[in-house]
Amino acid sequence: MAVNTKTPEAQDPQPSSAKCGCQANEEEMLRSLDTVIDGFIDTDGALVPILQTAQNLFGYLPEKVLKHISLRLKIPYSEVTGVVSFYSFFSTVPRGKHVVRVCLGTACYVRGGKEVLEAFKKNLKINVGETTPDRMFSLEVGRCFGACGLAPVAMIDDDVHQRVKSAKIRDIISQYQHEGEDVKEAR
Amino acid sequence: MPKIFVNHKEVEVKADTTILEAAKSLGLHIPTLCYYEGKPPIGACRVCLVEVEGAKTLVAACSTPVVEGMKIHTNNKRVREARRTVVELLLSEHEGSCQYCARSHDCELKEIASHLGIEDIHYKGEKPEVKIDASTPALVRDSGKCIKCRRCVTVCREVQGVGSLFPQKRGYKTMIGPAFVLDLDQVACVQCGQCAAICPVGAIQEKNDIDKVWEALENKTKHVVVQTAPAIRAALGECFGYTPGTLVTGKMITALRRLGFHAVFDTNFAADLTIMEEGTELLMRLKKALVNKEPVALPMFTSCSPGWIKFAEYYYPDFLPNISTCKSPQQMFGAVAKTYYASKKGVNPADMVVVSIMPCTAKKFEAQRPEMNASGFQDVDYVLTTRELGFMIESAGIDFKTLEDGEMDSPLGFSTGAADIFANTGGVMEAALRTVYEIVTGKEFPASDLRLAPVEGLKGIKEASLVIKGTIPEWNFLENVEVRVAVAHGLENAAHLIDSIKAGKAHYHFIEIMTCPGGCIGGGGQPRYTDDAVRLARINAIYKEDAGKKLRKSHANPQVKTLYDEFLKKPLGEKSHHLLHTKYQERQKV
Ligand code: SF4
Ligand code: SF4
Ligand code: SF4
Ligand code: FES
Repeated sequence: MAVNTKTPEAQDPQPSSAKCGCQANEEEMLRSLDTVIDGFIDTDGALVPILQTAQNLFGYLPEKVLKHISLRLKIPYSEVTGVVSFYSFFSTVPRGKHVVRVCLGTACYVRGGKEVLEAFKKNLKINVGETTPDRMFSLEVGRCFGACGLAPVAMIDDDVHQRVKSAKIRDIISQYQHEGEDVKEAR
Repeated sequence: MPKIFVNHKEVEVKADTTILEAAKSLGLHIPTLCYYEGKPPIGACRVCLVEVEGAKTLVAACSTPVVEGMKIHTNNKRVREARRTVVELLLSEHEGSCQYCARSHDCELKEIASHLGIEDIHYKGEKPEVKIDASTPALVRDSGKCIKCRRCVTVCREVQGVGSLFPQKRGYKTMIGPAFVLDLDQVACVQCGQCAAICPVGAIQEKNDIDKVWEALENKTKHVVVQTAPAIRAALGECFGYTPGTLVTGKMITALRRLGFHAVFDTNFAADLTIMEEGTELLMRLKKALVNKEPVALPMFTSCSPGWIKFAEYYYPDFLPNISTCKSPQQMFGAVAKTYYASKKGVNPADMVVVSIMPCTAKKFEAQRPEMNASGFQDVDYVLTTRELGFMIESAGIDFKTLEDGEMDSPLGFSTGAADIFANTGGVMEAALRTVYEIVTGKEFPASDLRLAPVEGLKGIKEASLVIKGTIPEWNFLENVEVRVAVAHGLENAAHLIDSIKAGKAHYHFIEIMTCPGGCIGGGGQPRYTDDAVRLARINAIYKEDAGKKLRKSHANPQVKTLYDEFLKKPLGEKSHHLLHTKYQERQKV
């Protein structure tokens, strides 16, 4: 199973799905996906649009959904994942509620962007391209955000954080964490 | 018939052919890598480039049709230089060393490179990520050596109907492999090894068990016996330069003895035994259905091909009750060797090692199935492919061509012609009918020369029917019954056949399925390169072997009779049930 770590389910413990009702939600989403698939039965070239629909529904392409598509379309699973891994706009890793992007453009890099990234990694306990187990945060790196004068820059969702200092990162994160909990309760 | 000019010579070629096919018909070899006989060309590798006068660029011979008046150059400077560039680029991304690569004697890439006179590589390519997948009992995949020709993708998907392999990722990161570049044991691979047989390089090979066999042979406390499958004798010669279709049964036996095996036995013996069990099972099922009117799974399918078994376990679990419960001849042999033969010989089965020589990689998987231990031990210890045996003989310094003919040992070495034809598509069906017909009517199977032409040959799905007449009293419920049989080889064909049964469009009593195109003679472990011409040559050799036998019906095998008298008692009896029959399990296909 050594190589299996790359597959979505291995990184996708789905901690509170039973509690928060995501399960029912997932069933519903699969059903809407099926309606779309039904419209495509026996059509050539259906795979990519169906994958796009699935990604829109689920936010990413979980292994379970890919297998479902393979079975429904009678397309080998290897081809489904082959197509998914061919196009960069498909993702098999769930993104967190908040996407943290640390700029590693030249200006930011020179003025400590690297340290900022390390601090995010340490605080969130994830690597670039990963999502925290509670699905709150994903960590990505960006090239230039066009705010070089304010380097180093990190973006969280649509908010630009300027002149970020490693020491402040815990505070920044906790703002969003808090906000996330509110949303969860509201549901 | 269009007239074209090939290398300045005017020739007439068949209409609707490609430049590649036209050249072949003229005896001109154009190198190819991604081309796959009988499938639409994908035009990916570009080593088949040729010049067509008037065309702006060189064209791929495999995918360019000939047209009237075309002037083609298959081997001028421009063509050679272009091909050289293509191959140098492939080599620049190739992670392998011919000195210690098991494919160095039959590697197509190495041969093309040497024919092009490549002595140096002018490009520095990004070397691919090397991933070695040795997760399954049958195969080892090495992505470093893969040149991404996709032949394995084609065979796995279009010939075997499995689709375990597909290009993953993109650009120079592309890897040909299972979903998410997982290991093969994580996906629905049937272990047929057709991918290994078709791969032009050393990127997919059988898992090498030669050292384990040497170790057993050199262990003084072990009694090591060998069995050889029916298809080996028609192909092993190719490892030593004989033309395809040369029978080398006698030399093969001598070579095995020289390698040090204590007894040289025949899987064919077990094939005759299989017919006794499977034929009886078929009759029992028919009786249940027609006389007792009990619900019983029909049509019955043959069970000698382990790739087909695994395929059904993944894709047609509903049909598992239809598959004969008979073990394959390889496994029947192992179970009988470690019980009956062991006690006859006075050998402790714990000290016996059973080695199989098989045309098949799936047999490596089958031998390791946990339930294959009816003797109390793993019934078959090691399985070598025909290619591995050829290698072993050569590396032992045995000059195969000069060997005298040998004879199989007793008591598990005698076989009839019916066992020989287990090697090819249609053969198990013919063998079964030879016996079943005679059991039911007391008369010989009426087909000419005991052969049933409609089920022979390379057509993917074949069928036949015969009306039974003149039954003896015990079987007179079969009087005037039209028995319908079908034969499929290549699992994609098998799938089509089963789908038409499922859809109620076809009705049969008995169906033979062989995993590989052509049957075992075209197995994943046979000498490379196997195309239809080679398949036909091997099949002809097998029928020659059958015709040369005095006894050509399984129930006439005297050693099989003795085995029943002394040990098993009767087909489908209690001992048989325990040693010779098995169960299947549904498997998750994704
Ligand atoms: S695959 Fe062919 S070219 Fe590559 S190392 Fe092996 S023999 Fe040499
Ligand atoms: S062994 Fe057969 S099923 Fe498995 S990957 Fe190769 S061709 Fe496909
Ligand atoms: S594994 Fe072999 S057959 Fe498959 S793409 Fe690579 S080189 Fe071609
Ligand atoms: S053989 Fe023609 S492009 Fe590969």
